[in-house]
Amino acid sequence: MTMSKQSDDLTQPLEAGRTFFNTGMTILSGVFTLLGLIPLFLVLFYVLSQGFSSLNADIFTQLPAPSGTLGGGFGNAIQGTMIMVAIAASISVPIGVLTAIFLSEYSRDSGFVQYVRFGVNVLAGVPSIVIGVFAYGVVVTTSGGFSAYAGGFALAILMLPIIIRTTEEALKLIPWELRLGSFALGADRFNTIARVILPAALPGIITGIMLAVSRAAGETAPLIFTALFSQYWLEGLNKPTASLAVLIFNYATTPYADLQHKAWGASLMLLILVLIISIVARIVFRRRS
Amino acid sequence: MSSTTTTSNAYQVRNMNFFYGTRQALDGINIDIPAQSVTAIIGPSGCGKSTFLKSLNRIAEAETKVRIDGQISLFGQNIYDPKVNLTQLRRRVGMVFQRPNPFPMSIYDNVAYGPRVFGTKGNLDALVESSLTKAAIWNEVKDKLRTSAQGLSGGQQQRLCIARSLAVNPDVLLMDEPCSALDPIATLRIEELIENLRTQLTIIIVTHNMQQAGRVSQNTLFFNTDESRIGQLVESGLTKEIFFSPKDKRTEDYITGRFG
Repeated sequence: MTMSKQSDDLTQPLEAGRTFFNTGMTILSGVFTLLGLIPLFLVLFYVLSQGFSSLNADIFTQLPAPSGTLGGGFGNAIQGTMIMVAIAASISVPIGVLTAIFLSEYSRDSGFVQYVRFGVNVLAGVPSIVIGVFAYGVVVTTSGGFSAYAGGFALAILMLPIIIRTTEEALKLIPWELRLGSFALGADRFNTIARVILPAALPGIITGIMLAVSRAAGETAPLIFTALFSQYWLEGLNKPTASLAVLIFNYATTPYADLQHKAWGASLMLLILVLIISIVARIVFRRRS
Repeated sequence: MSSTTTTSNAYQVRNMNFFYGTRQALDGINIDIPAQSVTAIIGPSGCGKSTFLKSLNRIAEAETKVRIDGQISLFGQNIYDPKVNLTQLRRRVGMVFQRPNPFPMSIYDNVAYGPRVFGTKGNLDALVESSLTKAAIWNEVKDKLRTSAQGLSGGQQQRLCIARSLAVNPDVLLMDEPCSALDPIATLRIEELIENLRTQLTIIIVTHNMQQAGRVSQNTLFFNTDESRIGQLVESGLTKEIFFSPKDKRTEDYITGRFG
């Protein structure tokens, strides 16, 4: 290509070919962005339109109806999901956040940290059904049966790598100067982390935890092996426990229209649950900082 | 603990060599830094002046792996003694950085941070007010102590960082190009502040700005690199002597703007 056509006229337009290419690529990237968003909106639309009509007060207060009869709800599944996610969070959040603090604050570049980070990445890639089988072997077979504990344990393993990675990223975003400023005032590492770094990184950490919670709340495979399902309200954390995800799996595969309809309702409920948890967490922690 | 010993030198540095990993950054530094006065450190980029400053409160080792030979004593105590408590050292030697780095919390909490870390309980209002007053920023922030420090202008943030350092009552204040990110008016205010603080503590300031060194300091250290890019202390003395009758040719060249 030669530069012979260059002129000093500031209003001279780009060559037709370049203009065409520019516009074409802009349109193309816009179209593919829309294509990427279509599944999201379709899922939301479908779940809303199919599930909305089956939402009523019974859903929260009633147990599943005996097979063959209409009506009933799945209050026990909502209860079970919330309890197991809470168990999972209470295990994985402290372990995950402290691991991330170790990786980011205590030994950023040591060889050991590289292995830990690699291990976390591998764990993130382990299929959830394998985690279910693992939890079955470790908790269910040794504790004598399916339980909310076992379900929570499986979900905790699932959440752990997400929390570690997002928390480490959030901590790394905090400028190094803040740590130096704190050290220069005579603060030790503990005070620096607890009083400056963690509060500053909190919004990012909360986002990561919410991501992990959303992921865990929708997981089915690990729960089938660990919490199984139950037709009744939770009788104890050491008993089989209902969950929305397993309920959806059970109902959606039946040939009965009423149950399929309930599965849609349960899907919508799951979305709403995750949304509420995210919003509440954001409001609570925004106010504090 | 008596922080006012009779010795008139804040720092005594003897045969100090500084290494980042295997790369030597400073070679054979010997200098006494007088107390209750302002000492400016000048020199071209990469001559090790910031490195020298960061060795005085041992903050360099918080950033990366470093090795230091020789001796640096603060009012007669060797600060590289293995028994030294870094927390205690850094309480006595405050530091202000090139870019203002207020913590992401309220103005009040920024100033109260140091005292709280050292376990001061209860009401810190008086201490916060006196520290902010000493840093000449009280009048500008007294009505918004509970708002975020990050809403302040750059110059205000830097004075807040000075107030934060003063709140733990240090004997020495290290300043690493504290005005390089500020506009001329904010710079002037910091310089006035330095002048006012001079009688209360020892100030050591690294600056790229020769006029600033001339305005604020009583003593000046001129650092330069040798042929192998290792920093060394070329000349030191009263600021007016360094500026008006430098003994070393390199100092003169630098002062008159022939290089650097």
